[in-house]
Amino acid sequence: MLKNRIIPCLDVKDGRVVKGINFVELKDAGDPVEQAKIYSDSGADEICFLDITASNENRETIIDIVRKTAKECFVPLTVGGGVRTIQNITDLLLAGADKVSINTAAVKNVDFVKEASKKFGSQCIVVAIDAKKVSDNKWEVFTHGGRNKTGIDAVEFAKKVEENGAGEILLTSMDKDGTKSGYDVDLLKTITNSTNIPIIASGGVGTLEHLYDGIVKGGASAVLAASIFHYGEYKIKDAKEYLNSKNVSVRL
Amino acid sequence: MNVTIVDYQSGNISSVINSFTEVAKDKINLEVTSDINKIKSCDKIVLPGQGSFKSCVESLNSISGLVDTLKEFAITNKKPLLGICVGLQMFADIGYEEAETQGLGWISGKVSKIDNQKGKFKLPHIGWNEIEIQKESKIFKDIKNKSHMYFVHSYEFIPEDKSVISAITNYSSKIVCAVERDNLFGTQFHPEKSDKVGLNVIDNFLKL
Repeated sequence: MLKNRIIPCLDVKDGRVVKGINFVELKDAGDPVEQAKIYSDSGADEICFLDITASNENRETIIDIVRKTAKECFVPLTVGGGVRTIQNITDLLLAGADKVSINTAAVKNVDFVKEASKKFGSQCIVVAIDAKKVSDNKWEVFTHGGRNKTGIDAVEFAKKVEENGAGEILLTSMDKDGTKSGYDVDLLKTITNSTNIPIIASGGVGTLEHLYDGIVKGGASAVLAASIFHYGEYKIKDAKEYLNSKNVSVRL
Repeated sequence: MNVTIVDYQSGNISSVINSFTEVAKDKINLEVTSDINKIKSCDKIVLPGQGSFKSCVESLNSISGLVDTLKEFAITNKKPLLGICVGLQMFADIGYEEAETQGLGWISGKVSKIDNQKGKFKLPHIGWNEIEIQKESKIFKDIKNKSHMYFVHSYEFIPEDKSVISAITNYSSKIVCAVERDNLFGTQFHPEKSDKVGLNVIDNFLKL
């Protein structure tokens, strides 16, 4: 039976982890490679890096981090943030990323998703959708961290990226992100029911029960979380044991 | 010992290189190449594969003499070869991804899309699934039955001769996830992405 995945996400800025895990055993709390290794050793099913570097000059640093991480972590590695061109994808994959996550570039031009999945295979193309609720059972796609409204319906867009070869969708609720009040389960349910590719739930996790809700109520194939794993609040193992105790199948 | 990872522009093989390098350490000479002479003279071959069946077969065929060299190595001389993901699928006679495409024909059978039971199962089959070992296997030495391996695929290999199947996994139906015949090995899952247990599979292959 296919297991539900737990994916810790690390935000990386100018080569350093922001909001990282703060374990006592860490030598350097800002080192993404070290943090990724801790996650993979503790049973993370995948690792996700989100590059939030603003300037173009520092974009090379993420490539270097991916290269180093890939030599130490032998679970899938997804990298997102600023993926805009085929060359960006090539660079990340050559450095050792297994998947790339495309956000703004997919919204601007869905053909980019098609081109990328054709060239590299759907298995490595994740489309990240940031959605915000606009009315009852209606969500809109936003870009630039929720600042820019696009007028595009999230459900329609999810279907469209699936048609264009996306292998997975990383779905973030902009209403819930950072609130620790749980995923937007209605959004998840709506998108998982309208598509046939795996959906990764993101945005809003504050407790282990929220992970359960994302999988069982929302129908997500994987749950992504950042802050609950930071500061050692919960370990990956706690999350897996909790889900297992609630009869949600996970890789133990 | 010399081990070759065949680089035929089949997509992203960085992870394969990284994990084989990790396991091989300094004991084994690892080469990533499509050079026919190097492939002929090595001891073991790893055949990765990403993207579609069609694009992988076309890439293999585009390198002059490569398919014949691989066949002589693995089939005629029965030297160890491990196919991973589409690398395994290409052992088949025929594949149906994108368009009907002839495979290598090393193990009779076909590669077709996983039956998702009218959308009940999401495709691709992505993530960790348990393998059920079907027969004694050299590459599963010391690997526990029901170990978790990482999968990412939408197509499955259906061999005619079921005795080649060394492991299956359950996703909508029983999917063939490893085959073994003499020194020909294939895994549908990605040992290079399957954590420590995956590295054990690689180690078993390198120790053959």
